[in-house]
Amino acid sequence: MTAAISSASPATDLSVTKDLLWRGMLAGILAALLATLFARAFAEPQIDLAIGVEQSHSAHHMSAPHGGGSIVSEPEEEVVSRSTQKGAGLLTALALYGAAVGGIFAIVFAYGYGRFAAIGPRSLALLMAGLVFVLVVVVPAIKYPQTPPAVGKHETVGLRTAAYFAMIALSLGAAAIAGKVRAALASRSGRGFDATLLALGAYAVIVGVGQFLLPTIDEVPADFPATLLWNFRVASIATQLLLWATIGVAFGLWAERVLKRQRG
Amino acid sequence: MATTAGLFDDSFIPVQGGAAIPVEEIAPWAVLGTLLALIFLYFVSTEQGAFALFQGTYVHEFVHDGRHLLGFPCH
Repeated sequence: MTAAISSASPATDLSVTKDLLWRGMLAGILAALLATLFARAFAEPQIDLAIGVEQSHSAHHMSAPHGGGSIVSEPEEEVVSRSTQKGAGLLTALALYGAAVGGIFAIVFAYGYGRFAAIGPRSLALLMAGLVFVLVVVVPAIKYPQTPPAVGKHETVGLRTAAYFAMIALSLGAAAIAGKVRAALASRSGRGFDATLLALGAYAVIVGVGQFLLPTIDEVPADFPATLLWNFRVASIATQLLLWATIGVAFGLWAERVLKRQRG
Repeated sequence: MATTAGLFDDSFIPVQGGAAIPVEEIAPWAVLGTLLALIFLYFVSTEQGAFALFQGTYVHEFVHDGRHLLGFPCH
């Protein structure tokens, strides 16, 4: 049965990868819709409070809040109104992000399906989404946590952006190395569990050393409310958890249909 | 067939009779997907922050809340 299917002309088949890619981007946009609703309810109140702190600061210091010079005490003249930022702006930002990461997720899934493990599409998608959440959201946030408005100096945004991307690249790169280590050890020793433990250790060591070497950034004002900072970060992480959970579940369902149809 | 469902009970579906999608088939879509993703991510994360292709602060302000929530340095 399998031989007959594999000899069927692949040229006439629509590309599975293409179908997976579009569905990955769609899953990302769907995830962004849910994440936007969640963020609107739970994260936006924190952002509003942080902007309030920012404005009271600029009123004290007679210095401009972010975005350029404006008059104190009056709400700064807005390029984009708060309601747009909270609505269309938030949705657009999350949808672009969702489509981008969903597409890359689909490509990695297309490569990993049948290679990473002999597990079904829904399992692989959900496991991958969980792994990405840890690698891209949780681990980088340990070194460079999410910051609300009023935290962060404008002069250092270049450094902070470079350091943040370096941290994400470090986490992903360390995971790739750990995967190679696991594969090499498992094939040589035949002890998969121990190979996994050693690979996890390798990941922790690489990330630990990298975090130690990357610059320390602490720009939280001394009088910024600690509970507000905590609430903002929890809301931010929860928003991204919802985003990745939705990608994992929705893409898994769609990928299963694509792969079943492909099989004939 | 196990009678009780496992935690991840999900049947493996071979692709085109094989176990995996050939890399040659993935490559062009990987290029397209990565390119789109880089453009999208750039505008969400970096435009009018660390770099600026366009004058002003409109893009920055428009994606402002998302940028903060996704952990990107904003200002």
